[in-house]
Amino acid sequence: MHFQTQQLPVIRATRYLLVHAPDLVRYGSKPSREIERNAAQLDLINSHLRSYEEALAYAPNQVYVGGLYPDDLKSVAVPWFGHALENPARHGEFGEIMPEDEFYGVLRIGDSFDMVWLEENFTAEIRTRLAAHPLLTAEDLKKLGDGKSLGQLNEQIKKGAAIPLYLNKHRLVGCFLHGHDEDPALSATRLLENLACKVIAALSLRNLNVASGIPAQAVDFILGCGEEAIGDRYNPGGGNLAKAAGEMAGCVAASGVDIKDFCCAPVQALTMAGGLVASGLHSNIAVVAGCSLAKLGMKYEGHVRKDMPILEDVLAGFASMVGVNDGQSPVIRLDAIGRHNIGAGSSQQSIMEKLVTEPLTKIGWKLCDVDKYATELHNPEVTEPSGSGNVPKTNYRMIAAMAAIRGEISRPDLDVFADTHGMPGFSPTQGHIASAIPFLAHAQKKMASGEMSSAMFLAKGSLFLGRVTQMSDGVSFVLEKNRA
Amino acid sequence: MILSGKKVIALGERDGVQSEAIAECVRSAGAEVVHQATKCFV
Repeated sequence: MHFQTQQLPVIRATRYLLVHAPDLVRYGSKPSREIERNAAQLDLINSHLRSYEEALAYAPNQVYVGGLYPDDLKSVAVPWFGHALENPARHGEFGEIMPEDEFYGVLRIGDSFDMVWLEENFTAEIRTRLAAHPLLTAEDLKKLGDGKSLGQLNEQIKKGAAIPLYLNKHRLVGCFLHGHDEDPALSATRLLENLACKVIAALSLRNLNVASGIPAQAVDFILGCGEEAIGDRYNPGGGNLAKAAGEMAGCVAASGVDIKDFCCAPVQALTMAGGLVASGLHSNIAVVAGCSLAKLGMKYEGHVRKDMPILEDVLAGFASMVGVNDGQSPVIRLDAIGRHNIGAGSSQQSIMEKLVTEPLTKIGWKLCDVDKYATELHNPEVTEPSGSGNVPKTNYRMIAAMAAIRGEISRPDLDVFADTHGMPGFSPTQGHIASAIPFLAHAQKKMASGEMSSAMFLAKGSLFLGRVTQMSDGVSFVLEKNRA
Repeated sequence: MILSGKKVIALGERDGVQSEAIAECVRSAGAEVVHQATKCFV
């Protein structure tokens, strides 16, 4: 495959957003089901929630927004939640960690259907702080409105027309209205998930527009690859969050579409964006993903059992700009795309051959030639207490085993390979978000400084969860330092 | 372990060994797979 230099797709920049949302944990899928079974679970959950300051000083969260490099976690004492960083910054190099009260305001700003009602005093409190936010405008602040009285909120909640929004566990600051009386696809809980996904993708995109030097008006296409599939009872997953996020970010010249492939979606979207840029169809493609509100508190029972704080208290999003070769930004190697094709089989060896060894062989590389592999980057401190293991470590050992099978390393060097070419998991368990892409901005920074030449991003999607096939999916690409 | 003639429930994990691979192995050893499922724990 040969492309003209100017058609090589590059990743211009990637930006992230974390939102600390402890009072939305109750609306996560697992917590809400347990609370419905036993209302006392809510008190248990509330007693294990973290403060914003604790979430801010949590080392893995700082890695996510660029305050630390993933390998820096090796020198942070464990448990990480018990060793708060000193003087953590809200704004990291790659994004910010937003507090919950401001996020409620952003939800209201992004609400096109008057579904988010915020209490009037609370609205006044957050208005000043939102006015100081570098990504929000005066036009945004107008959308906050004046707020509602507590009586109005309570009336909607009491008659079952809305679900409550709390702050600091017990203070009622708003409510979210159902979109339809009978449609589960338009219930308040579902719409809250969808709107949260939209606004987090949109804010990430606004940040990306600044970071990439490509203004919103210059974006010509948006690929949405977040968890949520919006729609109504007749077509529950038929919607388009990409375009909705683009609207909120001011990308007036862009159209967009959503990509669905479970946790593969972000890596799929990035490879597709690369192909669309290489073909000349589009020039500046924003690949965006919002959060998974349903996964808040997903493993809370394990955390509570071990008397840990509930670590799944953050919502995460990202946005990445794929564009034409600027001679500086790292290149997506379209000649080294790994695909887990339908006939490949489901053994880990088959999957890793398809995602790792086959694409590298195509360009004449060995596994050791890739500086870093970004795979499922879930924070093990979140997953291990509930018995879900250390997912990144499992994947890195499998890649190392492939290198050993090919004779590139000896068996005793498996752990050294995994340690050198891998990294500790640091991503919140926000579904698609954790699949490889949290390392994108780190890789770009290292390539710009000359400390890294290449990285492979690989992701696997659990297609079997949808009960229409037993298959999984997988995709990978190589990102290489720009050699122009 | 002799699997021939045994009934097997194959539970796999996406990032470990998936159920299809388990099922294929035990079938080749003469077992009957009565249920298979792969789970994703993240």
